[in-house]
Amino acid sequence: MIFFTTILPSAITIAMVFLFGCTGETIMEKAGHLNLGLPGIMCFGTFGGCFGISLVMEIFKSNPDNASYILLILAGIIGASIFGALGGLIYAFLTVSLKCNQNVTGLALTTFGGGFADYLMTKVNSDYFSQASKIIRAHLEFGDSFFGIVGNIFLGQGLLVYVALILAIATSIVLKYTHVGLSLRSVGENPATADAAGINTTTYKYSAILIGSAIAGIGGVFYVMGFVGGTFENSATIQAFGWLALALVIFTVWKPDLAILGSIIFGILFLLPRYLVGISFITMKLLNLLPYIVTIIVLIVTSIIGKRSVQPPSSLGVSYFREER
Amino acid sequence: MKTIEKEPLFHVIKRSDVSIGKSFLFRAIAIILGLIFACLVLLVITGANPFVVIQQLFAGCFGTPRRFWTMFRKLSLLLLVGLALIPAFKMKFWNLGGNGQILMGALTTACCMHFLGNEGFPNWAIILIMIPSSILVSVIWAVIPAIFKAFFNTNESLFTLMLNYVAEGIVAVFLSGIFKSPTGSIGIISTGHLPAIGSSSFVGRNDLLSIIVAFVLLGIVFAYLRYAKHGYELEVVGESQNTARYIGINVKGVVIRTMVLSGVICGIVGILLAGSINHSISTATPENMGFTAIMVAWLAKFNPLSMVATAFIITFFSRGMAQVQKYYEITNDSATYIFLGIIYFFIIGVEFFISYRVVFKDCKFIRWCNKVNKSISKAFAPVGVFFTNLKNKIIKVFVKEGK
Amino acid sequence: MEVQMNNKNVKIRLENITKTFGKVIANSNVSFDIYEGEILSLLGENGSGKTTLMNMLSGIYYPDSGKIYVDGEHVNIASPRDAYNYHIGMIHQHFKLVDVFTSLENIVLGIKDKKMAKAKYAREKVKEICDKYGFIIDLNKHVYEMSVSEKQTLEIIKVLYRGADILILDEPTAVLTPSEINTLFAILKNMRNDGKSIIIITHKLNEVMEISNRVAVLRKGEYIGTVSTSETDEKKLTEMMVGQKIELNINRSLPNNPKPRLIVEHLTAKNKYGLNSIEDISFTANTGEILGIAGISGSGQREILESIAGLVKLETGTITYITPKTHEEVNLRNKTPMQIRELGVRLSFVPEDRLGMGLVGNMDITDNMMLRSYQKGKPIFVDRHTPEELANKTIQDLEVVTPSVHTAVRKLSGGNVQKVLVGREIASSPKVLMAAYPVRGLDINSSYTIYNLLNKQKERGAAVIFVGEDLDVLLALSDRILVIGEGKVRGIVDARTTTKEEVGLLMTHSNINKEGE
Repeated sequence: MIFFTTILPSAITIAMVFLFGCTGETIMEKAGHLNLGLPGIMCFGTFGGCFGISLVMEIFKSNPDNASYILLILAGIIGASIFGALGGLIYAFLTVSLKCNQNVTGLALTTFGGGFADYLMTKVNSDYFSQASKIIRAHLEFGDSFFGIVGNIFLGQGLLVYVALILAIATSIVLKYTHVGLSLRSVGENPATADAAGINTTTYKYSAILIGSAIAGIGGVFYVMGFVGGTFENSATIQAFGWLALALVIFTVWKPDLAILGSIIFGILFLLPRYLVGISFITMKLLNLLPYIVTIIVLIVTSIIGKRSVQPPSSLGVSYFREER
Repeated sequence: MKTIEKEPLFHVIKRSDVSIGKSFLFRAIAIILGLIFACLVLLVITGANPFVVIQQLFAGCFGTPRRFWTMFRKLSLLLLVGLALIPAFKMKFWNLGGNGQILMGALTTACCMHFLGNEGFPNWAIILIMIPSSILVSVIWAVIPAIFKAFFNTNESLFTLMLNYVAEGIVAVFLSGIFKSPTGSIGIISTGHLPAIGSSSFVGRNDLLSIIVAFVLLGIVFAYLRYAKHGYELEVVGESQNTARYIGINVKGVVIRTMVLSGVICGIVGILLAGSINHSISTATPENMGFTAIMVAWLAKFNPLSMVATAFIITFFSRGMAQVQKYYEITNDSATYIFLGIIYFFIIGVEFFISYRVVFKDCKFIRWCNKVNKSISKAFAPVGVFFTNLKNKIIKVFVKEGK
Repeated sequence: MEVQMNNKNVKIRLENITKTFGKVIANSNVSFDIYEGEILSLLGENGSGKTTLMNMLSGIYYPDSGKIYVDGEHVNIASPRDAYNYHIGMIHQHFKLVDVFTSLENIVLGIKDKKMAKAKYAREKVKEICDKYGFIIDLNKHVYEMSVSEKQTLEIIKVLYRGADILILDEPTAVLTPSEINTLFAILKNMRNDGKSIIIITHKLNEVMEISNRVAVLRKGEYIGTVSTSETDEKKLTEMMVGQKIELNINRSLPNNPKPRLIVEHLTAKNKYGLNSIEDISFTANTGEILGIAGISGSGQREILESIAGLVKLETGTITYITPKTHEEVNLRNKTPMQIRELGVRLSFVPEDRLGMGLVGNMDITDNMMLRSYQKGKPIFVDRHTPEELANKTIQDLEVVTPSVHTAVRKLSGGNVQKVLVGREIASSPKVLMAAYPVRGLDINSSYTIYNLLNKQKERGAAVIFVGEDLDVLLALSDRILVIGEGKVRGIVDARTTTKEEVGLLMTHSNINKEGE
């Protein structure tokens, strides 16, 4: 019972950090860009979102407990997406325009993003973050009254959770059923073909990276505001989520709709150790390894099966130059 | 007949060949621009005086003998990790798992030091046991993804990436569960230290071992890649698996064998970190060198000799920035990472200008630029000659060592 | 109908087009016109700049200088999208299709127009196009499940769906069977009669004569001239193409005391889809003889040679090598290339894919010479002196044009690349020499160098197996010809007595016997 009343709801909450990151990274990878800068971009987003929220809290300084819900959410989303996209822009410029190695650029961005967030978060006025977080985490009111436990799990979440779910579903629909999605996938599969078909690969790659980074950025601020309650320890914790989000992309074989389920599984695996009574410290630490291990297993299994529909985009990680001979 | 569309402002073409001098010049310009830009960013966010920053960068690396030896040791370790990665990279095996491989070696070393020390083993016995066992554990850690890559073509970059976190988790398990350290760190282990080199008054006595090991391995890896049959085989595998099959190279064997080599060197780094430098273990022991070394190796175009230079540049900035932070009393490493990140972006970005040329629409300004460009190239021609000669000299030296 | 040509509108005019890649001049000052409602063949040897020129029309490359006019207007084609806007569509030799997409997805890919991008509209429209010109296509099939000819059809429909009036086809017949070529030509003629301008890049003269109205000839990047097909013949075109008369004479000596060297029996192998790529192949290669293998490309030539070389796993069959002098029989089946060499079998193999399999493009000539021999000599370290000597010798003997032995093979021209590869393979004085399409893409002089090398090996007493595509060459060079089709042996004929028609018939008319039974 504790599973349904306590673990699952918070697992769903933490799952959204993964989901934001995973949806963002999936969009980028579908455009052929393996962005190892994701952890850095989530740090960018953390700062951007927190900065936006701190500005809103300035307005409600006199009565921080009654700050505007909508304004806070908007400030968080806008701030995080702008700064997330800013991080993405650096990556996009280097890998798309300058055709630099994606792995190296990504790692450099992660280094930079970590330092960026660590430094600037000390400059942000975080006095009212706990109140802000409380407001942001507030359940939607109709949730509890409707269906009891079921309602509590599925309808009793904060607004940002639904934003994450909607973004994941929307991404999935766009990728699968729309013309834009088709073009985007073709850019990641075979850019030369997309180019010859008259698709502007540069625009698609830039847009995918910027939009993906913006979405991933929201994940960063969601962790601070939506899960831990307004405290920022250091960028390393955010980056750990970034790496897990990267794992989740593989775990869910580049499908954002599957990622909803996958992120909840990751969330449960992540939280389970805290709720299991009487387990030793060692077991707890071992359980922490589970998300990585299941990802490795998925990676191995999909490579053994070798089915076309579960493979990474064909030109993932490869820069495209039209006049390549 | 009318013109419908304007001629594009510029288009990009691939350069056929760039002289060594010119590519060196480009990189030097990139580093200087990166440095200027990074200093400006630092000025804006912390108010640090750029001239003081540059002075402190040098002070941090060369200011005192202690700092110099620390810098030199860090450079050596980074070089070692780079040496571990390049054979795999040359084979187009993207090993992003350096951190994990180092960590597993360091963990084994720490275990040997701690437990065998508690059992009362003499130092030499501990060392004799810990060296092969640590290398073995690192090798296992490196070979697992290689086996899956060889047999099922499992994506190695994602696999090795994940293994880093598994390794960190295992270290966390050991720290909390087996070393029974509630704080998550075990402090200094007093037994099983690798020997210091030099008299007790010599400041670099704890650093020299790493430095010697690094430069010996530099020679070995260079010779391995350039003159050994193994090195030749792995290059063929990296360039074209079909060709490798055609002449009968056992591709799976080469992939696994090369990752064994990576594992061995990462294991050695682990041993040095735990046994000679830190005398302790934590999840942060590899200092992220597994990632930094990717940068070092890539910037050096996977050439072991150039890697000395790239490892120096990166170590110089990170050690120098540590001093800058101390000077300006910045408590966390954030400024260092921002600074390094910017430098990285510049030196990564310049590679574009080395391999591609941007052709602008013909106009006066461009013609003027071309003129300037030509005169600069002329002026720097001697630099190119100098570096070509230097390269040949170095290669000659290593030819002797290799045989 | 050619008489009316002068009255027709100029669709595209090329004016002084020049394009260079580094130091290589791909096109210099090319100017000619393409009319409405004609099929123009762009003729030239490999490396004469045909594809590069057309890539500038389709927006892949941008010319260094020169002007392009479409319908009399000066245009800048900076990207493939621009090309589409001017109704220019190109069918590349390497198809530009996304493997994991279906036909329909590939057709609508990249279309901006909302109506055109709709699946339902596209289905109807494609059906119209198919009915009009005679295509057959399954819109729900994934590209990775398609045959080459299906992919080509898809490419053409894709271009037509975008409303192209000017179609450029880059070597469209290279990968097709004769019956598929006929279908394609019929379709092209339908399109021409519909008023479309069609440019075919090719170097096959018989096709040029059969299909085109006019022929534009390029030689070494330069424009030579345009002639009406009705006013020329194959001989004149060859002269324009190669610049001088070349005697198509290959010296062929009688086999000197042929004895079986390699006996192949009942070879069967499967491809990655689990279908038989070769089935029950049996033949004998004799010493002092050239055995030609004829067949439409992709009929199993590659698999036969690769299974002998130890690169393909066999389902059934035996490969027996008879050692010279001792006459000892050695079984080569399912041995790796390394094991074959260790058995002392001197087997050389010039594969079809030179830079992808036979050589390593990024390595220099010396290192490529080493590929076969690096295992020899001292343990652990490689010996680079002997291969360097061999490299120098090959450069001298075969007249390889290269700055030095330390030049990356990738930077050499096609003919020189092949000379390096063949030079290495014959350096070990092989007892069996297999060569797959050794002259593909080579100019005539280089081709003759290769023919002579093969003949020399034959006279030396090697058993030579030669896979070729040009029947004239096969007939002139080989002693016997093994004809295969769809992975099966169709017959072995004597090259001295057989005719081109007989071989062609064996190659193409596969099911005559079966249907007759």
